[in-house]
Amino acid sequence: MLKILKYSFYDLMRSRWSYVYFAFYLLLGVVLLFLNNDLSKAVITLMNVIIVLVPLIGTIFGVMYYYNSKEFTELLLAQPLKRSSIFLGQYLGVAISLSMSLILGLGIPFIFYGLFKSSAIWDFSLLLITGTFLTFIFTALAFNIALSNENKIKGFGYAILLWLFLAIIYDGVFLMSLIMFEDYPLDKLSLIGTMLNPIDLSRTLILLKLDISALLGYTGAIFKQFFGTNFGLIVSISMLSVWVVMPVLRIIFKAKKKDF
Amino acid sequence: MVSIQNLHKKFGKNQVLSGLNLEIKEGGIFAVLGPNGSGKTTLIKCLLGMVIPNKGKISVLGVNVKNGSDYRNKIDYLPQIANFPSNLKVKELIKMIKDLRGNTTLDQDLINLFKLEPFLDKKLGNLSGGTKQKVNLVLTFMFDSPLIILDEPTSGLDPISLIRLKNLIQNEKAKGKTILITSHIMSFVEEVSDEIVFLLEGEIYFKGSISELKTKTNQPDFEHAIASILTDNHA
Repeated sequence: MLKILKYSFYDLMRSRWSYVYFAFYLLLGVVLLFLNNDLSKAVITLMNVIIVLVPLIGTIFGVMYYYNSKEFTELLLAQPLKRSSIFLGQYLGVAISLSMSLILGLGIPFIFYGLFKSSAIWDFSLLLITGTFLTFIFTALAFNIALSNENKIKGFGYAILLWLFLAIIYDGVFLMSLIMFEDYPLDKLSLIGTMLNPIDLSRTLILLKLDISALLGYTGAIFKQFFGTNFGLIVSISMLSVWVVMPVLRIIFKAKKKDF
Repeated sequence: MVSIQNLHKKFGKNQVLSGLNLEIKEGGIFAVLGPNGSGKTTLIKCLLGMVIPNKGKISVLGVNVKNGSDYRNKIDYLPQIANFPSNLKVKELIKMIKDLRGNTTLDQDLINLFKLEPFLDKKLGNLSGGTKQKVNLVLTFMFDSPLIILDEPTSGLDPISLIRLKNLIQNEKAKGKTILITSHIMSFVEEVSDEIVFLLEGEIYFKGSISELKTKTNQPDFEHAIASILTDNHA
């Protein structure tokens, strides 16, 4: 698996898109710091960008990489290699190179700005950790979609729909249901609802760490009680891990049964 | 060498292989023939574990294909269409496959044989079809495995390379290897193969030597013998 990972990773490192992605974050980091002049505020703005953009890029890149490397995959399948190691190697290659673009692209400007001397370092680290989680989650979901759809156009369509659903539609539905059932106690329900969507989960996790939960009113207080504690943090991180593990298991399962 | 029992494969509603049985003994060149869509490539991909059969048992060199992937160390496979990652250089591809499968020194001889030296630094996407096929041949023959599977090995090759390929195949046979070939070029099949396996509608219609086929169909030459099977069954 490590050899496949190595080749996928090098292949991506040589591709233009990794650099574009890296340069984008670099630019974003520099511009935000320059305009904001305040690390914590820059972290909040960054969060809003990352929470939406990272899943999108992860999904698109994952689907694109799978379809583009079909020939390579077929070549590998005839070699004495396990199917699971071929697909896991490719998946990790994509996810790791995307995460590296994210971490380096954002990390470099923040370090130069004096991140290590600032109190925002934990918030920033949490931001990068959730960003990495989101990359791994959405790349895995993208691989699942691509493995299940031979047709490229369909695969891309489903991938975009998935992103749209989790990034935007889910929130809308969630909010509507909260308004409709506002007469009932909803704290537990909204906590569970948040847990079930990795994007919401990441957003809440960061927001509450940033100590702006006062803006969220009563629900914010409940959320704060849960997510703000170490217990909440551990539960959230394990929930994000579950979101990585489940699709990865399905990749292995699907890959074993597929005809090439 | 290879033993296939009651092999079934369906793609959606399309039944490609229906209860195929085949025994291939060690040593010699076997040609798998059949009209388009008769399941030749599917059969080969089943052997390689790339296509997962719905039913049936395949063993290669006594190992069940379902049990792991190590048996593929004993197989050299030439895919039908040479689809390679287009942004890799020829040299890098050869190095990569060597890295994945274990080292070999045969590649240099093969590169010389097919005169690929000037193309080593070119990207695979920029090569012509015939040159890609030569790279494909190098990748296949550079590991000294006892079973060689060639899917349409002649496609795109110029006459001189074709002669080299034929020599190469005969050399491998002389080493006692088993070689499975599919091809639509009947003269090539007639020249190289010891035994043919004729697939029709997912089953084996005929298995035996070329002279047996000629007697069976009452035709003087091989090409007409094949044609007569096809017209008898499709007319």
